[in-house]
Amino acid sequence: MSVEQVLQYIFAGITVGSIYAFVAIGYNIIYNATGIINFAQGEFVMLGGMIAYTFSGLMPLLPAVVLAVLITSAVGSVIESVFIRRMRKTSVLGMIVVTIGISILLREAALYIWDEQIRALRFFTGSEISSVNIFGARISPQVLWILGITTIIVAGLFLFFKFTLTGQAMRACSENLRAAKLCGIRTDSMVNLSFMLSAGIGALGGCVVSPLTQTHYAMGTDLAIKGFIVAILGGLGNAIAAVAAGLLLGLIESFSISILPMAYKDVISIIILLIILVVKPSGIFGSRQASSMKDY
Amino acid sequence: MKRYYSVLLLTAVIVIIQVLTLITGKAYLLTQLTMSAYYIVVAVGLCMVMGYAGQISLGQAGFFAIGGYTTAFLTTIDFSGKAETVLYRMLDTLGLLITKETLYGDTIIHMTPWISLLAAVLIAAVTAYALGIPILKLKGHYLAMATMGFGIIIYRIVLGSRIFGEADGISNVPSFPVFPGISVSGDFTSRISNYYIAWLLVILGMLLLINLINSRVGRALRSLHGSEEASDAMGVDTSRYKVIVFVIGAVFAAVAGFFMTHYNGGIGPSEAGVAKSVRYVAIVAVGGMANLWGSLIMGLVLNFLSLRGVFGHFDDAVFGIILVFMMMFMPDGFIHTDVIHDIKEMLRPLFMRKKKLKKKQEVSND
Repeated sequence: MSVEQVLQYIFAGITVGSIYAFVAIGYNIIYNATGIINFAQGEFVMLGGMIAYTFSGLMPLLPAVVLAVLITSAVGSVIESVFIRRMRKTSVLGMIVVTIGISILLREAALYIWDEQIRALRFFTGSEISSVNIFGARISPQVLWILGITTIIVAGLFLFFKFTLTGQAMRACSENLRAAKLCGIRTDSMVNLSFMLSAGIGALGGCVVSPLTQTHYAMGTDLAIKGFIVAILGGLGNAIAAVAAGLLLGLIESFSISILPMAYKDVISIIILLIILVVKPSGIFGSRQASSMKDY
Repeated sequence: MKRYYSVLLLTAVIVIIQVLTLITGKAYLLTQLTMSAYYIVVAVGLCMVMGYAGQISLGQAGFFAIGGYTTAFLTTIDFSGKAETVLYRMLDTLGLLITKETLYGDTIIHMTPWISLLAAVLIAAVTAYALGIPILKLKGHYLAMATMGFGIIIYRIVLGSRIFGEADGISNVPSFPVFPGISVSGDFTSRISNYYIAWLLVILGMLLLINLINSRVGRALRSLHGSEEASDAMGVDTSRYKVIVFVIGAVFAAVAGFFMTHYNGGIGPSEAGVAKSVRYVAIVAVGGMANLWGSLIMGLVLNFLSLRGVFGHFDDAVFGIILVFMMMFMPDGFIHTDVIHDIKEMLRPLFMRKKKLKKKQEVSND
């Protein structure tokens, strides 16, 4: 394998890894606020890409993407206030079943609003044939867009959770919901905000990767499981580790294609999930001490 | 004896339905009823795992596919040109080979499906055991994702392997001679006997599970579902019981997959998909989780309607709505033992008002 080839695989891995990271960040935000794994997270990515595609026919790309993010956030907010809020008291089993049900409904709705055709948003800069030469590897400028936006999102989230009052309030909810309530934090609106935020981030991810990976109404399930693998790999609740884990999984998948048939790509990553779950459920970046306090 | 009354009732209903379809001239409905019966076997097995042991499994379609693909692969091996091989001679002396003629007059020699039934059950049980020991230590979301991951692995393997026919699946699976003269196949003329074979399987499964629930294992499982810590403290070997139930659920799914494959004469990768696994979970949820009869009845109703194409394009959407609706408004399921009590509770405000009014009148009369 030449240096150029290795670089090519690395960039391909980073591209796929970024989209997994987007899903995993969404999982983490909701998990932090509520302790729920939202199985409909992959559907937000799909909705973002689909809505942006529809609007991009009517207006320039930037407002189309902004609209897609806003609309998907609204969908996230509606899902929380209609379904999740009523479900607070049920068991984990009930929560899993409900979010799976919601994901099916979103998928079916997308099938009827759009159709089963594969769509792709147009490239942010250049076209599908333009490429940038980096150390001999030729990559699409869209990859740079993906990397840039992922970096901005992670930095933005870090600053948001660290320094803004709302962000701190959300972290307080994740520490102890009742204590946060007693401190005068509106926990209901914080949970709602977490759904909006993760839906919006998912939608943005769906928009930036759409030119390269395409958007399809049924893409959510695969993304949901991959995003979960990444979230677990990084340690559930840790958004920044999720990005590192996302890139790692992307690279593993990308290099596995060069050895194994393409069809088994998913098998590799799921086997990684099973191994991680059994060996170290706190994730490769999680501390063993903290994990002994948790229930897996 | 009392616990078997409902099984006797089920048997009676099965016979009545068959007679009714014969009288009304709608014997074609038996095809969907037979297929529903096989899906019910998966559902009641999952009901044990989810309802009684409280462990979610989103990989049940994977076990169904293990059963189906094992038999499809083994029974479609043609031995006609391989008379010299050791395996052929061994099977031949044991009388385990079946010779038949195709439509075009070629002879095909294949092994009896009894071997593949044994293989299917063994493979499913060993897989479930090996998978169950590590992953059943997990809880909640982690377990859900791990089982779903297993389902996806099976789906990807059957979809990506040439020996399993890739996207086409395996077809031309021979019929399965259960008793002399009676075999499981999609043959038009044997529709009634197939219907009874399928429901016989359901009845056997139900008898097994009813006995299990009312045994030491069943009591241990109920305590496990109530509180794992408490039952652990009472000396129940929780992890062992969880694995046992998981294996039972897997074997039920594999046997159902085995019969369904012989009935349909083939199997495709869609049977292994996550959508199918979710569907089984939906049936158990609607049936009321820890309720075998609920799973049986809802499994029959939903599968029958779905197979008849009543839901049309909205097939998957219907199951999504069912999942969300049931969990939000009826977490105890549609069918549970206290239905009559619930209806009374719902109607009570109406009666209460009358009683109160009466009381008030009495007071005012005084």
